[in-house]
Amino acid sequence: MADALEVVVRVVAVLAAFLTLPLLVGQTEHKVMAHMQGRLGPMYAGGFHGWAQLVADGVKFMQKEDVTPAAADRRVFRLAPAVALVPYLVAMVAIPLAPGVVGAELDAGLLFVLAASAVGVLGTLMAGWSSANKYALLGGLRAAAQLLSYELPIVLAASSVAMAAGTLSLVGIGEAWRPWWLVWQAPALLCFLVAGVAELQRPPFDMPVADSEIVFGPYTEYTGLRFAFFLLSEYAGIVVLSALTAVLFLGGWHGPFSDALGWLWTLLKTGAVAVLVIWVRVAWPRLREDQLQALAWKVLVPLALAQLALTGLVVVMIS
Amino acid sequence: MSDRPQPKPGKPGLPGLIKGLAVTAKNLTTPSHTAEYPDVEPSLPPRSRGVIALVQENCTVCMLCARECPDWCIYIDSHKETLPAATEGGRERQRNVLDRFDIDFSLCMYCGICVEVCPFDALEWSPEFEYAELDIKDLLHDKERLSQWFATVPPPPGPEAGAAEPKEVAAALRPARPRRPVRPPAGGADGGAAPPPGEQA
Ligand code: SF4
Ligand code: SF4
Repeated sequence: MADALEVVVRVVAVLAAFLTLPLLVGQTEHKVMAHMQGRLGPMYAGGFHGWAQLVADGVKFMQKEDVTPAAADRRVFRLAPAVALVPYLVAMVAIPLAPGVVGAELDAGLLFVLAASAVGVLGTLMAGWSSANKYALLGGLRAAAQLLSYELPIVLAASSVAMAAGTLSLVGIGEAWRPWWLVWQAPALLCFLVAGVAELQRPPFDMPVADSEIVFGPYTEYTGLRFAFFLLSEYAGIVVLSALTAVLFLGGWHGPFSDALGWLWTLLKTGAVAVLVIWVRVAWPRLREDQLQALAWKVLVPLALAQLALTGLVVVMIS
Repeated sequence: MSDRPQPKPGKPGLPGLIKGLAVTAKNLTTPSHTAEYPDVEPSLPPRSRGVIALVQENCTVCMLCARECPDWCIYIDSHKETLPAATEGGRERQRNVLDRFDIDFSLCMYCGICVEVCPFDALEWSPEFEYAELDIKDLLHDKERLSQWFATVPPPPGPEAGAAEPKEVAAALRPARPRRPVRPPAGGADGGAAPPPGEQA
């Protein structure tokens, strides 16, 4: 009985985090972007600092007509937003905020989270394929190419930390983390972040979406709530990526008073990484398709491999 | 040629990326100076071209403005009125009376030619610009509406410091010219007219 109750509590807590954190990131993006670009538009709705902008956006999305193109593959087309969104919920289950403060403590947590969040991109591919629109198809193909190139650096960078900690459990990696890893694993951190942002197809890696050349990539035909789900999955993706970065590379719950306030540290570090992801979006221009591929194969993969070799060397020397 | 290396414009690379981050971070921390127009009135220079005001009394229906307007968006109708002679046996006079003076602001391109060309200062620029309408027909301002705008025309700015004095002021301040001596008509049989007062005695 007590076990069942605990499961319910954990599920509800993860669900609550899933429903609030992406919105929080979205709100932050509104405000940070507005400030960085000197815009007043997002500061208007609802009075103080435009707090109601997200609510207004939600209402707007709900009012819009839900259009499915006549030539579309209807079932796939309608399923795609869910396929994009739900994997991040699943991934969040296994990310710990502190030892014990986690939806489900898995032995192979790292593997689970990486696998689950990689499924999210499938939603984009489904959307691009089923829309019966050549822009969407082009965007989908670009997304597929991007997914292929950047999955490798992510996995390599993550396995470097796993190797250093000697475990695939996220809690285990967090426990084994030491501050000097910040230097030791810095290249892996860089690889992980860059490749993660690319996986999310966010600027500067939004080649598949490229609103100015292929209209809106895989999402061209989407309207209303289904489109909003795609947006939401992007923010959920940021949350997962930031939380994972915080736990793997930034020491998660390590910090002053970490016995009582460990979860707060993790949340703060997650927030900092999320702001960085937003900041990069505002500051940098979009990469061209060939630059994008070159960055993945010529820079990130060799860097991640070198990091892996270095990690192996140091691990062997220490033990 | 200077031997100092010139910075290459727009060279991509890591420094550029960091510069981008720095610029956005600076923007983030400094408040923006965007004019919040509907809430805060903009401070316009007095000579801004908002709308054209008409002084009906000054207009003589000479039609210059309507003819010079590149868009032909000024519409003028008038009729002639006959004024009775002011003195007995005098001539009757005719004058133009303005019936219609419309400017279609959906066509007007605010070139200001009409204001420049009017010989009688009947047209003036007013800085008022908030006269958007839901129906394009309502942008045709008739002479009553155009006259109402005149209340919003700011007084003309004074001459610049150190500028030459306006002609009429300069003329009024100039000292009166001394009277010119009148020459006596030559070869008068009766000794001519009386000599000027200065030449007597
Ligand atoms: S401003 Fe120019 S376009 Fe407008 S009414 Fe006068 S002459 Fe015509
Ligand atoms: S130019 Fe001046 S006086 Fe002549 S019709 Fe136009 S407004 Fe009237």
